[in-house]
Amino acid sequence: MIPAIPWEAIELLAQASLWVAAVRIATPLVFGTLGELICERAGVLNLGIEGIMVVGALVGWFAVHQGADLWTGVLLAALAGAAFGFLQALLTVPLALSQHVAGIGVTLLATSLSYYAYRLAFPKVTTPPRIEAFKPVAVPWLSEIPVVGPALFVQTPLTYLALGAVVVVAWFLHRTPAGLALRMVGENPEAAEAQGIDVIRTRIAAVCAGSALMAVGGAFLTMSAFDAFYFGMVNGRGWICIALVVFASWNPLKALFGALLFAALDAWQLRLQQVVGGDVPYQVFLMMPYALSILALVVMSRRAASPRALMAPYVKGERR
Amino acid sequence: MRLEPRERVPAWLSLLAPACALVATFGAAAALIAAAGAPVRQGFEVMLAGALGSGFAINEMLTRATPLILTGLAVSVAFRARLWNIGAEGQLYMGALAATALGTGLVDLPAFLLLPLLVAAGALAGAAMLAWPALLKTRLGVDEVVVTLLSNFLVALLVAMLLEGPLKDPMGLGWPQSEPVVAAGELPKLVPGMRLHAGFVLALALALATWIVMSRTTLGLRIRAVGLNAVAARFAGIGVGRTILWTALLSGGLAGIAGVSEVAGLKGNLTTDLSPGFGYAGIVVATLARLHPGGVVLSAIFVAGIFVGADAMSRGVGVPSYIADVIVAAALLSMLVALLFLRYRVSRR
Repeated sequence: MIPAIPWEAIELLAQASLWVAAVRIATPLVFGTLGELICERAGVLNLGIEGIMVVGALVGWFAVHQGADLWTGVLLAALAGAAFGFLQALLTVPLALSQHVAGIGVTLLATSLSYYAYRLAFPKVTTPPRIEAFKPVAVPWLSEIPVVGPALFVQTPLTYLALGAVVVVAWFLHRTPAGLALRMVGENPEAAEAQGIDVIRTRIAAVCAGSALMAVGGAFLTMSAFDAFYFGMVNGRGWICIALVVFASWNPLKALFGALLFAALDAWQLRLQQVVGGDVPYQVFLMMPYALSILALVVMSRRAASPRALMAPYVKGERR
Repeated sequence: MRLEPRERVPAWLSLLAPACALVATFGAAAALIAAAGAPVRQGFEVMLAGALGSGFAINEMLTRATPLILTGLAVSVAFRARLWNIGAEGQLYMGALAATALGTGLVDLPAFLLLPLLVAAGALAGAAMLAWPALLKTRLGVDEVVVTLLSNFLVALLVAMLLEGPLKDPMGLGWPQSEPVVAAGELPKLVPGMRLHAGFVLALALALATWIVMSRTTLGLRIRAVGLNAVAARFAGIGVGRTILWTALLSGGLAGIAGVSEVAGLKGNLTTDLSPGFGYAGIVVATLARLHPGGVVLSAIFVAGIFVGADAMSRGVGVPSYIADVIVAAALLSMLVALLFLRYRVSRR
């Protein structure tokens, strides 16, 4: 795309601040990708993700604005996300509706309700009200490692939560009976049913839990990355998470890697704008995250082994 | 609890179920109006008057319905083949870009040649925008949902880039907008003094054409067969990949024409806020219409009525205008459930 990449562009990669930004950019994507991954592993494509992230962003921030403490805000965001996840699950699991149309409907509903509620609460504000957001916390010892230290260990608490969530989700999916049941209803619901697993309940629970994680990803935007709620601030991050799930082949650890790689490229293009700025319209750089996501899908789709019952509603006694 | 397919649908139910969906939708709207502290009854009255209360209101509603008919048709054609085109928004903007590039002075032709050229160019641009995700789907197995969703963001940035570059209006006082479309490239107005334009007639004609293609031609039969069961269609000798590509060209083309109609019929130039989500609303329109081209016209007018009416309500009783989007989303979800109960019954075994 760019004929000769100037040396400064390569040098940017050695800046510690780039990696600090990359981990920050990756955090909401890690939450969203993990959440979507849990839903898809149980066999439900959750296109409600984009709207659920908006709900999380609004609810968490608004709770704190109304006097709740930060962690209560995060909890409320997760609960609100789970509530919309329950709606998505109700429509697609027991009612077996099209996961595409229902998901788009949930996104439209969640987004418009959030915007409506925001306008109701703040009818006339021109500058969005701010809250006292999460502050970076340096982990003793570890934060002093060069480059990696500040990048990974001088972040806000929600980033540490995201990293912890990767480990917990990976352990849950691959090392616990409940995780096995969840994966089984996404691969072969008939066999799961024969084993005495309640397919409908397992799928509903998975979609609610996954949606709660997505909402926390949204809350990160208003409570950590920024300290206010803006219209359109999720800006396609949910859709990027869906691409990242495929890129990660439905594996939580690869999802973390994918989100970090993606975020590093995003942080790099932001800095690149200043180096080659003027020669190339800035929109070209802004296109990169979306173009990269599509490219990742194309590259990985050949090898992607999606859950076999993904997007296939399970109706008892009916052949697929 | 489980769902059982109905053997036949009672006539009363096929009226009652959608009616219940509408009651649920407007019940939710009433709750939202009350939450805003506005008088509910008066709110609905203002809304109804804003959509249907005068010749001007009806003209505005049909003007708003025009792009929705076209994006609704685009989505309905694609969904028939189970090609999940969530990218009508981007295809609309590609059509608008083509109309703007050719219609703002580059081509000097009389109206009877320029207008068909703009429509054809817009259709081609929209079709091309869906052709590559369709090819990625059929050739490489790439999921078209995510690709079309993400391509909307690419197109939005492309439009912003071109409006600040080669398409920028030098007289635009720095605003990112294109030069106005030349007089010969403007779609004529239908009613003097109103904004309703020939794009509406074009949309109706295309709805009829879509209905003919889908129900009276072999291509339509192939599209429906691929959507019902792609494996069986392949065994029946239908080229599935080729059919999906044709579906994509039809669908993207219809969405592209929506962009042409907005630029050449309504706005007169291209801006970054040409469409307030007409592509996404097309999914609602198509679903409410059960993917039927004739139903698309009716549901597009219904959705347009909600948008125009909610704007009036927002001005009249001070309810945030986002209520329109909530009502439309609630209508989609409740209608989905209502239509489900037309096909299935709940049994307690």
